[in-house]
Parts: sequence; structure tokens; C-alpha cells
Amino acid sequence: MTALLVKIVLLGILDALAVYALFIMLGLHQWVPLAATVLITGLVNWIYLGRGKRLPAKYLTPGVIFLLIFQVFVVLFSGYIAFTNYSDGHNSTKEDAVSSIIQVAEKRVADSPAYQLTILDNGGAYSFLVTDPDGAVKIGSADQPLKVVPNATLDSTGKAIGLNGYTTLNLSQILANQSAITAVRVPLSDDPSAGALHTDDASAAYVYRSDLQYDAKADTFADSNNVVYVNSGRGSFATADGAKTLSPGWKVDVGIDNFVKAFTNQQLSGPLWRVILWTFTFAILSVLTTFALGLFLAIVLNHPRLRGKKFYRVLVILPYAFPAFLSGLVWAGLLNPQFGFVNQVIFGGAHIPWLTDPMLARFSVLLVNLWLGYPYMFLVCTGALQSLPEELEEAARVDGANPWRVFRSIKLPLLLVSVAPLLIASFAFNFNNFNVIYMLTKGWPRFTDTTFDIGSTDLLITMVYKVAFGQGGARDYGLASALSILIFILVAAISIIAFRRTKALEEIN
Amino acid sequence: MACYNWKRLHKSFREIVLSPLRDGILIPLTQMKGTPMKVTKRSWLGIAAVTVAALSAATLTGCSSPASSGSDLTKSGNSTLTLWVDTQRAPALKTVAAQFKKDTGVTVKLVVKDFATVDQDFISQVPTGKGPDMIVSPHDKLGAYVKNGVVAPLELGDKAAAFAKVAVQAVTYDGTVYGLPYSIENVALLRNTALAPKVATTFDGVIANGKAAVAANSATVKYPFLLGLDPKQGDPYHMYPFQTSFGSSVFAQNSDGTYDPSKLTLGDDAGLKFAAAVKQWGVDGILNPNITGDIAIDAFKKGESAYYLTGPWNVPAIKDAGIKYAIDALPSAGGQEAKPFLGVNAFFISAKSTNKIAATKFLVDYLGTDAVQEELYKVGGRPPALTSAYDTIAKTDADVKSFGDIGLTGVPMPAIPEMASVWADWGSAELQLIKGDGEPTSVWTTATTNVAAKIKG
Repeated sequence: MTALLVKIVLLGILDALAVYALFIMLGLHQWVPLAATVLITGLVNWIYLGRGKRLPAKYLTPGVIFLLIFQVFVVLFSGYIAFTNYSDGHNSTKEDAVSSIIQVAEKRVADSPAYQLTILDNGGAYSFLVTDPDGAVKIGSADQPLKVVPNATLDSTGKAIGLNGYTTLNLSQILANQSAITAVRVPLSDDPSAGALHTDDASAAYVYRSDLQYDAKADTFADSNNVVYVNSGRGSFATADGAKTLSPGWKVDVGIDNFVKAFTNQQLSGPLWRVILWTFTFAILSVLTTFALGLFLAIVLNHPRLRGKKFYRVLVILPYAFPAFLSGLVWAGLLNPQFGFVNQVIFGGAHIPWLTDPMLARFSVLLVNLWLGYPYMFLVCTGALQSLPEELEEAARVDGANPWRVFRSIKLPLLLVSVAPLLIASFAFNFNNFNVIYMLTKGWPRFTDTTFDIGSTDLLITMVYKVAFGQGGARDYGLASALSILIFILVAAISIIAFRRTKALEEIN
Repeated sequence: MACYNWKRLHKSFREIVLSPLRDGILIPLTQMKGTPMKVTKRSWLGIAAVTVAALSAATLTGCSSPASSGSDLTKSGNSTLTLWVDTQRAPALKTVAAQFKKDTGVTVKLVVKDFATVDQDFISQVPTGKGPDMIVSPHDKLGAYVKNGVVAPLELGDKAAAFAKVAVQAVTYDGTVYGLPYSIENVALLRNTALAPKVATTFDGVIANGKAAVAANSATVKYPFLLGLDPKQGDPYHMYPFQTSFGSSVFAQNSDGTYDPSKLTLGDDAGLKFAAAVKQWGVDGILNPNITGDIAIDAFKKGESAYYLTGPWNVPAIKDAGIKYAIDALPSAGGQEAKPFLGVNAFFISAKSTNKIAATKFLVDYLGTDAVQEELYKVGGRPPALTSAYDTIAKTDADVKSFGDIGLTGVPMPAIPEMASVWADWGSAELQLIKGDGEPTSVWTTATTNVAAKIKG
């Protein structure tokens, strides 16, 4: 009975949230998410209110839903972004871009006076009652140019604060209608080029004139010199010859442009190949070195006659206990050429440029990653070694095999059966080992032959991060997404091939 | 749970769901006396679930209704202004936010954000409609804001004259003012008066004094001159006064003080002279790429150097360490005046704010006042941008006055978005020269070419 009650309450809450979400989506006209929500909620209710055959679904549903939301959706969305020009300067809708261009084009007329302002309401339409610096009182509205008005009510400073037939808005009324009031433009005269009054604070109005006129029908902007900016089809307004562009632009689909750019842009393609090569080198060498050291230590510390095994094992595992990004920062300090511990103490004050020479920096990164990564391999190998039956080793000894032969022909193949999948996972992890690279070298030292902020130790993933969120230059989410799809393809392909190969290992048994 | 803005939905929920539920189901149910319904366990389950759903939904939608009843403030916007601010400044703004609430009924919600990434969040969140109404930001991000269309112009009106001219210049982009400045910061030369009692008039004099201090106290004093550098990317910001003293600049300035992105002046003859000097300083050990900001301040606090080029943000720590210091302008190294970069912190309004009048009022009439600017000075130690507030503080705080006076000679950091393409190459070229690698002219020219290519896109 309690279980039923819990079920009712939980389903009820879920449905309530869904209904609530539906109304919000309805209000925002988001039809696709709305349909998806209806479908999923209906399905969940159907599964949990039923019995019998639907039992397996009851266990699977939550996991599948989270998988859809946190994995599938994210992957698909990144995939979608890769085919757009989403970047700095193209980060919103066309509507936003147009309103922003209009807003910025409107400039205060130089040395024009400030008008003291009172906002009047005349049956829903707003009028500006202004007092100019000379004390003259004028009134105007969006469709009525400014004209002198006699008999306005003045306050002690000579500012007009009211007029017969109109209601003066108080502060809370003004605040309640902010958008409408800031949208009002009161023409100075019948000649539109004279400019218009506009207010941002409802207590003073200034004369503004716009450099650009938007023609909504033709979808073009024209400036005062009759230069026309047309929709370029690339998410911006530009002159016909493409020489001048208005900013901001907006987000549009650009097809495979981002992928083409990655491999054809002269600034990007050369460094990209170098980065790909280094990423593979880094990932492969990281796996090999950490595995070699971890395995070696595991064998040594697994020796039956060794004393204080536990103590040594704890010591060996210590680097594993540090967060990788912290270690990166600490090592960056240790490797400072002049003041770092390594040069000062170990190399007796030599100025070895550990992190600033391209080849040495690569070596340092591998070394630090070895320090960070071998405890994991040590743990894994210790576990695997301990599960190997001792009879095999004894049998081999009886047959006259030396220890190296025992290791080569018996222990290692058996070990690989259980460890190989972990090595593949480790490869995939190191392929995207952001922390070590970014905290230790930031991908630098920089390549000197490219304008992109890419360097000798950059992995694909740090490069993607720099393109998407980097400091140097514009951020380009579209390009970054395209590059991350590339990473996905590479890692997936290698993992598939490698897993196929490991099946061969299993046949040893 | 964000409840605001959904009153309309609440209303439609009541009209579309709750009323029909009552009229169409509950009332007929109560009237169906004669025909008892056969209620199975299964349908009970369904009815129960629907009821819980309806109740919870009513509660959820209801969370916004009490605030809105009887108030028309929310008709076209929110009665709340959101301001993104960093942890340090937030406490200084609490009083004025409360005052604003009292005067206008509009709540100013201070949302604490990470100052290092706030500009990126602002650019990406404003278009979604989830951004704040206002933001505190260094002025050099302004170009990127304008390029992305996320910031709205701010008319300071007559108030503009009350601020330091360079501060208003800094928040002006393409002839339009966008922000309300509140502080100005720049670097200056800190001198350990125990080691170097006299003011030097040239940078060579500084080096001579610095070396003399090292020679006289070789046990404790290690460096003739200190400047915190990043060993990976250099630090063109701190190096800029040196560069300007050679007559070199990044971009040409227009007559109104704004920068012209089409005129990259980095690689001109003056720039090349500066590059040669940088290499010489590197070779002589005056500049050391391995001295990071942390190492530099630590060394100066221990009295290991007579000179330290830094900003007001490091002064409190030096004072606490008990070092007797004086603040001088950096003397010229190349013959012309050494102009440091000025960084101006300012408040900006989002282009998508639906509360523009309230936001403008809050910035201009409340934040642009002596009291608030002095309050902000107390938490950051930076000279206020409002001239009257600066004058008051300069009377009691000699350090602020020194930095402020030196700042009068400075130039605002360029806010043009093209600047983002400059930093990396500029810094690594300087770093390379300090390390003594390469020939100054070719290193500098390569960097300039790279920058020009980057700007072209």
C-alpha cells in the first residue's frame, strides 16, 4: 500500500511538472518540446500504471530518459551547432540583430540641449511635455511633432509638470510601462532629418538622429550617404560588394563550412594536422608509459617475499589522490626555469626551459602525466595479477622457464585479457586529457606561424576549448563544435578497432 | 524556482484547466447522485494521480501570484532589476539597492558572478533573455559587447561632465556612451624608500639606483627592478608605459581619444625601437620572464628590490608587510612620456533589459553619486571615476592620489573588439625578446603581421 502511495505521489508530481511545463511552452510557442513532453510523460504514465509485460520497462525508463537528455540531446545539439555560424558577432536571432543595429545607429545629436521631461498620458498614448533650457514648454507625441504649448502647470524651478486634459504619470506608472515609454520617439519637426526626442530615464529627453534606416519590406539598411546594406545570406547585413558589414550579425545555418574551414583555412589547417599528430602521440605514449611503470611496480610490490607491501602501495597510490588540475598547477611551479624546485635543487640551478621549449614542453607534459597516471595502472595491474592462478607460474617453473619467460608468455597475455579494455579507455581519456595540458602549459609554447592561439602541447580538446571560449580572438562555437565532432569520430573509430582486436586476446583462454 | 513573468500563464491555467475541471467534472460528479460509479482500483490510481497533479500544479503556478496582486508594476516588465556583480563589490552595493527599493519600489537583485568569466556569460546569456539587466565589467570588454549587440547605450546627459574625462572616454564606443564608470586603475612605480630614497628622472636612473641598492645590500636585495610577468604569455599591460615612452602604441587614437582599429601602429619604427630595448633589458636581467606576479610581490614585500611596477590592488599587501614605499610615475625609458594603460570599471545595461528606465535611474542617479563611489572605493582601493568623490578621497588617502595623478597621464585600454586579436601575439613577442630569443625587428614584425592577419579575420 505504501509503495502504491509513493507511486501515486511521484507520478503526480511528475505529471504536475509536465503540465506546468506545457503551459510555459504553450506561452512561448515551443511546439516541438511541447510534443516531446506530452509523448514522454504519457509514456511514463502508461509504463508505471500498467503491470505484467511492462515490468522491464519500469526498470529501464529512468535510465533511458536521462541518457536521452544528458547524452543524446547534447551530442545532437553540438552536431547541430557545427553546421551554424554561432560565434562572437553571430550569437542571436536576426530580430535581435536588427533591433540592436537600429538602437546603436541612433546617436545623440552633438551639443544638442537636454530637455526636462514630464510624461503625460492621453488615453493610452504617451506624450512628452518638455521644458527646454531656455524655459520654453513644448509638447509632442510619436505622431505629433513638438510644438509650443501655452498654459502648462510649472513647478518652482520652471519645469512643466502638467497640462489640462492630460494625466501626468507618476514614477510607479512610468516604471510599469517602461518598454512603451522608451520606445516613444517624438519628432522635433515635420522634417524627419531634424531628429527625434527620446528618453531612457523618463526625466530628461535628448535629440537623437539615426545614421541608418531599416526598410523592413526590402530587408535592407541604408545610411545617410545612400550606402545600402543587404542581407548577405551569411547571417549579416553587408554592402553588395561585401566590403562593409553591419554588426552584430545573427545565427544561420552554414552547411559544412566549418569543416571545410578546419582543413582549408591556411591559419588553421597546418597547425590542426600538427595538433592531431601530437594528440595521438600524447595519448599513445601516455598509455604506454603509465602502463609500463604501473605494471613494473605492481609486479615488484606483488612479490611474496617483500615486507611492508601495504606501506609501499599506499605511497605509490598517493599521486592518484591529488586532483589532476591541482597537480598541473603545482607542477607548473615546480618546473619554473629559474625558481622551480626541479631546476634549483635537482639540476643545481640550471635554467632548463621545461615548459617553454616546444620539445621539452612536450616531454614535461608526458612526464607529469606519467606521474599522475601510473597509480591507476598500478591498481589495475595489482588486481589483475592477484587474480592469476599461481599454479600456472609454478607449472612454468617446473618446465624450466626463467622469470622473464614466465612474464612474457604467461602473465602478460593473461593480464592483457582483463586489462586491455581499460587501456583503450585510458587511451580515450588521455586523448581528451584537458586538465594536464591546460593547467600545466595551456597548450603553449605557441606556434609562431598561425594567428590562432594554438601551441606545441595543445591537444585537440584544448584547441577546441580555445576556439570556443579562448581569450585571443573571437570565440567560434560553430568551428569548435565541428572540431569536437572530429574528435568524436577519431576516438570512436580507434575504440572500435581496438575492441575488435581485444576479442582476439580473449581467445587465448 | 523562477516564478516571475508567468502570471499570465497562471491566469490561463486557471481559466483553461481549473475552471473546466470544476465545471465539467467536479460539479457533474457531485450531481450524479442516482448513478453510483463503479470505481476500480485502477481508476482510483488514475484519479489520485490527476488530483495530485492538479494540486501541485496549482501550487507551482501560485507561487508568483501573491507578489503581483494589487500592483501594476509588473505589467510591462519585472519589479526586479538584476545586477551581475563580483563578490568584492556586492556588499558595497547593498545599501544603495535598499535605498532604491525604498524610493521606487523596485528591487535590485545582486547576483554574484565570477568576475573573470562574467563578460562571456553576459554575451552568451543576454540573447536568450536570461541575462541580467545590468552588469559590472572592465571597460575593455565593451567592444565585444557592442559587436554582439548585448549592451544598450546609456545617456549620461549633463552628468557626463562630473566624471573624469578619460573614464567617460573609456566607456564610449564609436561615439556612443554605454556605461557608468566608477573606478579608474593604472600601474605606477613603487619605490622602497629605505633602498632608494631619491626619485629618479629616467628609467636608466631607476636601474642605476636599483643596481646600487643590490650592490649595497647584496645579502638581502636581489633584483634591481621588479615586474610581474607571465612566463607563458608575457604581460603587455604592465609593459605598456615602457612602450609609450618610446612613442609606440597599439592602435592610433582619434581626436576624441577613441582608437581606430584600421590603424595598427604596433609595428612602426617606434615599436621596433621599443622591441630592441626590451631585448636589451632581457639580456641585462632587468626584466626576467620567470618572475611571475606572485614571485614579484613576494620579493618586494621581503625588501628584495628597490622598485616594483604594479597597480593599486597590490598596495595593501605591501603596506601590511611593513615596507616603506613611495609611489612615482614610471620615468621615461625612451625619451617620451610613459603613459600607463587605464582600466575603467563601469556598469552597463543589457540591450534586452525590459526595465530600461529603472536601470538607467539606478545607474545614473544612484550609482553615480559620491556616497556609492566612495563605498566602492572602500572595498577595492581603486580611485573613483566621479571627480568629486575622487577629490574627497584623495585628501585622506595619499596612495589613491598618487595613482590617480599618474593616471591623468595615461591612455584608456582600447575597448575595440580588435584588441582581442592583439594580446596573445603581442605578449609572446615581448616574452620571446625578454628571453633573448630572436632578432628584435623580425620578432616584432612577425607578431605585428600575425595581429594584422587576425584582425582581418
